[in-house]
Amino acid sequence: MSLQLDSRIPGGALSDKWENYKFDLKLVNPNNRRKFTVIVVGTGLAGGAAAATLGELGYNVKVFTYHDSPRRAHSIAAQGGINAAKNYRGDGDSIHRLFYDTIKGGDFRAREANVHRLAEVSTNIIDQCVAQGVPFGREYGGLLDNRSFGGAQVSRTFYARGQTGQQLLLGAYQSLARQIHLGTCELFNKMELVDVVLNNDGQACGIIARDLLTGELSRHAGHAVVLATGGYGNVYFLSTNAKNSNATAAWRAHRKGAAFANPCYTQIHPTCIPPSDEFQSKLVLMSESLRNDGRIWVPRNADDCGLDASAVPEDARDYYLERKYPAFGNLVPRDIASRNAKTMVDQGLGIGPLRNGVYLDFSHAIERLGADVIKGRYGNLFDMYERITGEDPYKVPMRIYPATHYTMGGLWVDYNLQTTVPGLFAIGEANFSDHGANRLGASALMQGLADGYFVLPPTMAGFLAPRLGESLVSTSDPVFEQAERDVRDRIDQLLAVKGTHSVDHYHRELGKLVWDYCGMARNAAGLEKALSEIPALRAEFYKDLKVLGSAESVNQSLEKALRVADVMELAELKVRDALHREESCGGHFRDEHQTDEGEAKRDDENFMYVGAWEWGGSDIQRDAVLHKEPLVYEAVKPTQRSYK
Amino acid sequence: MSTNMLNLTLKVWRQDGPNSAGRFETYQTTTIADDASFLEMLDYVNEDLVAGDVEPITFDHDCREGICGTCGVMINGQAHGPQRGTATCQLHMRQFRSGDTIVIEPWRAAAFPIIRDLMVNRAALDRVVESGGYITVSTGAAPDANITPVPRDAAEAAMDAAACIGCGACVAACPNSAGQLFTSAKLAHLNLLPQGQAERWSRSEAMVETMEQYFGSCTNHGECQEACPKEISIDFIAMMNRDYLKAKFTNRRRGGQRKSG
Ligand SMILES: Cc1cc2nc3c(=O)[nH]c(=O)nc-3n(C[C@H](O)[C@H](O)[C@H](O)COP(=O)(O)OP(=O)(O)OC[C@H]3O[C@@H](n4cnc5c(N)ncnc54)[C@H](O)[C@@H]3O)c2cc1C
Ligand code: FES
Repeated sequence: MSLQLDSRIPGGALSDKWENYKFDLKLVNPNNRRKFTVIVVGTGLAGGAAAATLGELGYNVKVFTYHDSPRRAHSIAAQGGINAAKNYRGDGDSIHRLFYDTIKGGDFRAREANVHRLAEVSTNIIDQCVAQGVPFGREYGGLLDNRSFGGAQVSRTFYARGQTGQQLLLGAYQSLARQIHLGTCELFNKMELVDVVLNNDGQACGIIARDLLTGELSRHAGHAVVLATGGYGNVYFLSTNAKNSNATAAWRAHRKGAAFANPCYTQIHPTCIPPSDEFQSKLVLMSESLRNDGRIWVPRNADDCGLDASAVPEDARDYYLERKYPAFGNLVPRDIASRNAKTMVDQGLGIGPLRNGVYLDFSHAIERLGADVIKGRYGNLFDMYERITGEDPYKVPMRIYPATHYTMGGLWVDYNLQTTVPGLFAIGEANFSDHGANRLGASALMQGLADGYFVLPPTMAGFLAPRLGESLVSTSDPVFEQAERDVRDRIDQLLAVKGTHSVDHYHRELGKLVWDYCGMARNAAGLEKALSEIPALRAEFYKDLKVLGSAESVNQSLEKALRVADVMELAELKVRDALHREESCGGHFRDEHQTDEGEAKRDDENFMYVGAWEWGGSDIQRDAVLHKEPLVYEAVKPTQRSYK
Repeated sequence: MSTNMLNLTLKVWRQDGPNSAGRFETYQTTTIADDASFLEMLDYVNEDLVAGDVEPITFDHDCREGICGTCGVMINGQAHGPQRGTATCQLHMRQFRSGDTIVIEPWRAAAFPIIRDLMVNRAALDRVVESGGYITVSTGAAPDANITPVPRDAAEAAMDAAACIGCGACVAACPNSAGQLFTSAKLAHLNLLPQGQAERWSRSEAMVETMEQYFGSCTNHGECQEACPKEISIDFIAMMNRDYLKAKFTNRRRGGQRKSG
């Protein structure tokens, strides 16, 4: 099989590409839309928005989620906000500036055309959400308020207290609920995609789903399949992702021919609560917006690390971000803030009972603004912190440490958001998207909603229009039969092992390996070690896994086992990708490639490309085939990122 | 911040399927850290059960941050347990003492049939939203976001209501299994905003009547507010009742023409 990467980026001036392209895309006449069935998997911001919009347009939409309700998607947990180039503050923001900040924040590893389109539609998103009733924060005059986020010097982030993701998702969910009520969208809840089905021409024609309540497998045919299934952050086991977030949909698509791009690009979020013991099941994020008012420090002297924060005098504290990056201070981009925290802890300057954190201190802000103002801004985050740690952040500084948060890598898509499998689209965090090697805060919500509301619907029409009159592949066709049989075999195989260790055991072990060798900083020796240990762990998993219960009822261990089996393969590809990328860029930091000041050192000459891997067989490090999509910069000149 | 280990006796509701009879099983634990969350405690118990060839306890959860609304069990008879304004996943074991017995049951309500063990089916909540819990605005049809100023107080009150996570604790806590707090929170969120006015009356009528199909009736116990992990106020129920009455009145005058859609 030879895979072709054609990004289909239209010609013309950067700022006209999308408008012109939309005009050139074919349309589907309103009366013909219901003749097309589109399968949307996922009801997060991307999937919820896409399903609702396609339903409004009149397509026949089948929408799947493993949750009991579309409203529970992982997007619900986003706290801080959503960016848009509205320039309501008059502080110099513009579509071009948002475009530029995103390209630069991504360390010049994203496509110019996609990012510009994202910045263009960002303003429509805010309009749409306000009309839906999203209760964004407002000023006393009744107009929308903004806050600032890392990696930007303007205030362009819209927010709904510390629950922005929740409110945006409820907006999309409610729009979807309206379509479900009207019958354009049919909801399949508690149904997990377990495989993607291709027709004999290699085009996506449907999915196999497993009913999580009865275990029943079912076949669903569509003219197109959209994966809006989120990221693969749970490859680390401990992350800020929801527990059920998983990579099965993306990985199954990959195994069927969809290229997987830049799997080594993962974002480690700087402000999470450090783990407290080995039973920890997930890590909790404290919104980055806290860095607007909190100051990050560690004691200068390791001997002071065991003291109470209040016992460390001002001149014995090192506000290291303010010291090293005076222009951006505590608001440097995430990768930089995270790596610096790691450096401090590695130097023995970590604080807290396990010496595994740095302080985020609000005492100065409380002195300056008063506790009430701080409570107004972050009250619910402070409450959450106290519930988890038993400490009161109004009185003692928060303890924070970086944790895995977001995956910039994902399914490779062209300008239409179509993967390398015709008819199979990927949107939201599931695609390799617009963030290059590092995503700016408040830009994932923007991208998910941009893809779902404004980009996919027109490109989907362009895909479907020439297919008018094509009938769906019958679900009794051999391609569906074979796919279902394969899934059944996978399930039987896992249940038949009857070994000694639980699924969580393997997931934890995998997470440790990936975190230690392919986390915040990577080097060749560590990556090679991981490449020998991951396949060994995988082999053990198939020899010694223990899944009790049957496949014919609710079986959460079986659900997890299917997901962990897939993410183990993905982990290997991720490490393989990290090893091949002999440079540092954004969230991918190779110890071997740093400047004298310890900053990421890119190698534009050799690595200015998207690394898209083609599935070649189950010996992943040997069989995966790398394809390169060169990145071309016409509007911005790549520079060494500087936030000093 | 010190980590203490707790010895606990758990009495957990086990039920194999929707139509099976359920029973309490008793499990002892000896090494639960008080820094652990309630769900981490259950994870730990489950690891033990699996090691002993007993099928793990089925319970729903996802974000473990108190925002997705997936989790939720009765803990010693209280929905989401003893800590105010706290979902089950955010409850930490430092709320308990060594030697405690903890009784863990699923939500109990006719509208929420048990699926297995501690997992219930809450689809009725989605049906209520589908019947009118939205503002009709198709993608692309929206005017500039700042064209309609929204008084800050209205936006804040709408947000107070919109904070609902749809966990169903209000229904589980109510002696009548009423859905009033959930329904009124969604209505208040939308009915308080200028953008929600056009459909205010049709929305109120449709959602209240759908709610009545699935849930019991409200007799003002106030248990819902106590149990709500987001501390949503029962004042919204009063607002819903007013809006519903007005909606019926408005509709009658128009010959019952207005329907949601
Ligand atoms: C704690 C936290 C805070 C964040 N804060 C911010 C922020 O302030 N600003 C910002 O911009 N971004 C933030 N992010 C990132 C952002 O929330 C996510 O990137 C984004 O919401 C992802 O949306 P999505 O629609 O792509 O996927 P998700 O919301 O992850 O949705 C995935 C959907 O796919 C379904 N699904 C997946 N696999 C299957 C399958 N096999 N079968 C059936 N269904 C499936 C799930 O049920 C779900 O409905 C935050 C992330 C976290 C973890
Ligand atoms: S698991 Fe999400 S609210 Fe508890």
